[in-house]
Amino acid sequence: MAADSVVVAGAGQAGADTAAALRAKGFTGRITLIGDEPGGPCDRPPLSKGYLTGAVAPEETVLRPPSFYAAQDIELMAGHRVASVDRDRHTVCLASGLRLPYGTLVLATGCRPRTLPVPGASLSGVLTLRGTADAEDLRLRLSGSPKRVVVVGAGFIGLEVAATARGLGHEVTVVEAQPRALARALTPVMAERVVTGHRDAGVRVLLGREVTALYGDGTGRVRVMELDGGERIAADLVVVGIGVVPNTDLALGAGLGVGDGIVVDSHLRTDDPDIYAIGDCARFPSPYAGRHIRLESVQNATDQARCVAAAICGEPAPYTAVPWFWSEQYGLRLQMAGLTAAPDETVTVGDVAGGRFSVLCFRGGLLIGAESLNRPADHGITRRLLAAGTGPSPEAAREPGFDLKTFARPPAPVRGRAPVQERQTTPV
Amino acid sequence: MAKITYQHPNGTVTVVDVEAPNTVMRGAKLNNVEGIEAQCGGSAQCGTCHVYIDPANTLPLPAMDDVEDDVLYGTACERSEFSRLSCQLPVSDAIDGLLVHLPEAQS
Ligand SMILES: Cc1cc2nc3c(=O)[nH]c(=O)nc-3n(C[C@H](O)[C@H](O)[C@H](O)COP(=O)(O)OP(=O)(O)OC[C@H]3O[C@@H](n4cnc5c(N)ncnc54)[C@H](O)[C@@H]3O)c2cc1C
Ligand code: FES
Repeated sequence: MAADSVVVAGAGQAGADTAAALRAKGFTGRITLIGDEPGGPCDRPPLSKGYLTGAVAPEETVLRPPSFYAAQDIELMAGHRVASVDRDRHTVCLASGLRLPYGTLVLATGCRPRTLPVPGASLSGVLTLRGTADAEDLRLRLSGSPKRVVVVGAGFIGLEVAATARGLGHEVTVVEAQPRALARALTPVMAERVVTGHRDAGVRVLLGREVTALYGDGTGRVRVMELDGGERIAADLVVVGIGVVPNTDLALGAGLGVGDGIVVDSHLRTDDPDIYAIGDCARFPSPYAGRHIRLESVQNATDQARCVAAAICGEPAPYTAVPWFWSEQYGLRLQMAGLTAAPDETVTVGDVAGGRFSVLCFRGGLLIGAESLNRPADHGITRRLLAAGTGPSPEAAREPGFDLKTFARPPAPVRGRAPVQERQTTPV
Repeated sequence: MAKITYQHPNGTVTVVDVEAPNTVMRGAKLNNVEGIEAQCGGSAQCGTCHVYIDPANTLPLPAMDDVEDDVLYGTACERSEFSRLSCQLPVSDAIDGLLVHLPEAQS
């Protein structure tokens, strides 16, 4: 039996971090990391940002170099797809026909972009963005002369691409079906400020408008986008950022519980005690939401990876990490801590017009999160306050001159204070 | 190339060779040094690459900018005057022999 062998299906952020965390914790069994992307695990955040402008080189989007996996004795099988899971025999079957036994299986299959459900969506020049191949295609298309770029979807990826394309000098239009941008992700105050930033930069933002069709030229390249009401806009390039679909086929095929994600318990276990699911594909009970949710963030992928690695190493603990997320548009630093959807009270601190402020979100008088624009201290402090459950009351936050920095801890750095560790060095 | 020493909270140390143009953060990630999470990949967003520079350090380190200073307010372990974000410390021959102490927790 391969009781001490771990197979990870999906070599993205969550999968790669699981393998690394297992070794860092001293796990000595066999670790096989299987992913269908040819290049191995990649760092996705730069793909909608610096990668497109060339500020981040392709080699910098490799999460870790190949030598890492060799040095850590992690078998990385890049370019391989897991086709099915045989729970009775404790094996996975690859698309190549190869079978591998597992003691513990970690499903870290992530998500794939939703495609536009309209006629013409498969024309050339209509793209989605998830992996390095997508980003490279988009980078090349954005590198030439100015084009008419239409971004469908005013979520984070869409808006980041819009900001980047605009920064490269393209004519950019954003079309969003919801009446406001980032409707599920941000409070109206912050979302509006972000949209204002786009409009100030010359991006046309159309809210509450739906795409009904795309039309090409004679050669199959996209040229025109049609909106509800019949309006037509010229488009040389269409980037679709309308959300993602979790990759749940493996779990479904294995008879595990699935419903907008692979359903897991507070320890990130599926219905089968030897199978975990983590990262973008997992639907887990969140103490911050009070229900099962799915999160799409680096923080969630890496923290869940560490949680599962600890469990496999015999230190099981429920997953309680504070959710956080960041985005960059026009060099603006936008950071979210906690889950800020549906607060019943918000307090804005800082300078909204000047673009340096935070929206503190409360529910039932308790701090549930904060959104910060160019206020990184507020963001970090909120994360600590949420972890400790010691946020300010909304009344305190509304006091004139309220500042999270002074609320949370005395002004730093504390002079004359020794570092926390003052221990004997034991050479290894 | 520089030798960087990461001292863990339990006193043990990990010594690694790091090539320029990596950072002290990346040196830890590349060698799977437990205790550096670096969730934002080095873009000074997360504060999970927090280290304490050894108080006896005399090697030249770049000055801290406002963003780093702000991000350090959110570290999981108490900030001190020796606190830095390791993703903002580029590795060069000039910091060969640097000793940094890892905090008890990063998140
Ligand atoms: C363009 C872009 C920008 C982003 N920006 C940010 C940001 O600024 N901040 C932030 O916090 N998050 C950001 N994210 C989100 C973040 O990248 C994801 O949340 C994170 O990558 C999730 O990790 P994961 O391992 O769950 O999924 P992924 O990283 O997607 O990895 C899953 C892997 O599994 C593979 N796979 C699926 N099925 C199989 C199978 N059957 N066999 C083998 N392999 C399989 C997939 O191909 C993929 O490689 C961004 C994402 C994108 C796409
Ligand atoms: S890696 Fe995130 S702040 Fe350094």
